[in-house]
Amino acid sequence: MELEGLTMDAARAALASGEVTATALAELHYGRIAAKDGKINSFLAVSRERAMRQAARIDEMAAKGEPLPVLAGIPVGIKDVLTMVGSPATAGSLILKGYRPPYDATAVAKLEAAGAVLLGKLNCDEFAMGSSNENSAYGPVLNPKALDRVPGGSSGGSAAAVAANFAVATLGTDTGGSIRQPAAFCGVVGVLPTYGRVSRYGLIAFASSLDRVGPFAKNVKDAATVLQVIAGKDVMDATSSDRPVEDYAGGLAEPVEGLRIGVPEEYFGEGLDPEIRTAIDSVIAGLKMAGCVIKTVSLPHTKYAIPTYYVIATAEASSNLSRFDGVRFGLRAEEAKTLSAMFKKTRDAGFGAEVKRRILLGTYALSAGYYDAYYRKAQQVRTLLTRDFLAAFADVDILVAPVTPTPAFKLGEKTDDPVKMYLEDIYSVAASLAGVCGISVPCGETRDGLPIGVQVIGRHFDEATMLRVAQAVETARA
Amino acid sequence: MSETSEQAEVTIDEVRRVAELANLELTAEEEPRMQRDLSAILRHIAQLNELNTAGVPPMAQVAEVLGGLLQDRGESLRVDEVRPSVDRAAVMGSAPETDGRFFKVPKVIER
Repeated sequence: MELEGLTMDAARAALASGEVTATALAELHYGRIAAKDGKINSFLAVSRERAMRQAARIDEMAAKGEPLPVLAGIPVGIKDVLTMVGSPATAGSLILKGYRPPYDATAVAKLEAAGAVLLGKLNCDEFAMGSSNENSAYGPVLNPKALDRVPGGSSGGSAAAVAANFAVATLGTDTGGSIRQPAAFCGVVGVLPTYGRVSRYGLIAFASSLDRVGPFAKNVKDAATVLQVIAGKDVMDATSSDRPVEDYAGGLAEPVEGLRIGVPEEYFGEGLDPEIRTAIDSVIAGLKMAGCVIKTVSLPHTKYAIPTYYVIATAEASSNLSRFDGVRFGLRAEEAKTLSAMFKKTRDAGFGAEVKRRILLGTYALSAGYYDAYYRKAQQVRTLLTRDFLAAFADVDILVAPVTPTPAFKLGEKTDDPVKMYLEDIYSVAASLAGVCGISVPCGETRDGLPIGVQVIGRHFDEATMLRVAQAVETARA
Repeated sequence: MSETSEQAEVTIDEVRRVAELANLELTAEEEPRMQRDLSAILRHIAQLNELNTAGVPPMAQVAEVLGGLLQDRGESLRVDEVRPSVDRAAVMGSAPETDGRFFKVPKVIER
């Protein structure tokens, strides 16, 4: 059976016809991982025992003629910042080396309950801090579409595993662009759900007011199907919304005619690669052909999104990462004679340079004398950035924009200059700060064959319209 | 220029003070590198001072700006009742050092 481009519909049909069993499908994926992931480095751990147990359970249900759940037998991978019983959870960091969490993240448990086969844990930037996956303590992930390029970050392993056909779908997380940007770089679909749409329980926290869990898939329909499974209220996450989950996959076929599409002018300025610009322009032309009304809109505070994000995200991170101290889990520096020396030595040995940089920056921004000038100021600008979106969404139903200013860059190209690396997120962080939903959909390739993604941004909790437009983009391209 | 951009140059002493607050021990090689990087990032962040934010409420959570439906604001909290949590043995299984009931750590009092 061909795994290249294997979608859920195709896998489901093959399972239903008996062409393949869930057990065989999992084995095929493990075989491909064993053969090809040595170079790409997307998986940090495989969870063979748990996967094969689930696959056998699905095969048994099928043999008895029982109705199968929506993800029955679908092989999926999980970003290593989400907990999964039976597997390590490193968050790409040495400080969690050897840690085996005693509970499942809600999104992980929901996937398995819906029949998915959990293949293993996926590489990422340390504590999800990075835009290239070069900050993983376990080595970088290579972009399967161009092996000299980064896959994007921080969910680089999740994007690469789908692009390399190591899994039919994966889960990633997005704090400032960490799903949308790697999806664009690897040529797959990646969804940032509205803040509160998917439970964060079992997600190793980076910046709690920004962190979100979302799917990667080979097409919009599969992404919609996974989102539908993982979305919804969870009593273990007080910020999760109990607004009912819509039938995302079922609504994809509805026409986009008459929808008002906003094109934010600030997302097409200096620094945007001309080939990306051309690709986005042709997406907009296609939507116009499909009957959408195209309007130019303004999100006037866009240029302040990066500085705002790097204050808020690092401030929250400096607090969240204080729990890694060698007491309860993970690494402990053994040579320390006192408690405070143990904290410091453990954190020095366990954290990589980017994580230390962000902890220091966040601590600085929250420290006495600087709190108002940095943290409070950034929170106020966050309000302005959010109001930009609310005002735009009073006039239009959807925003269409680039995901990234450039296609996938080369390994090592931006590692020496943190500000340059941070500017990679210029088109993704504003939606993160505002809490709206977004999706990256493949929309073309550069002359060098590098994937280009288009970002479709929807109102808070309007994933249905966002996915419908994303589907129209995908259909127009096929 | 505004106060913040003058402050945007971080000194080595400030790097050490912040590292102390964050329980990080930086090596002699790390200190100048962090000083350089933090200064560059703070210079970029100083752009925020171009904006007049007088009277703008600070935003800590997305739900604050949504208004409207209570259910979107994550305000429906679970019932406050005792329920089982993760098993102690499973939690202690991940600890670097434990006697089975408690986490063990080095001496707290230094003398």
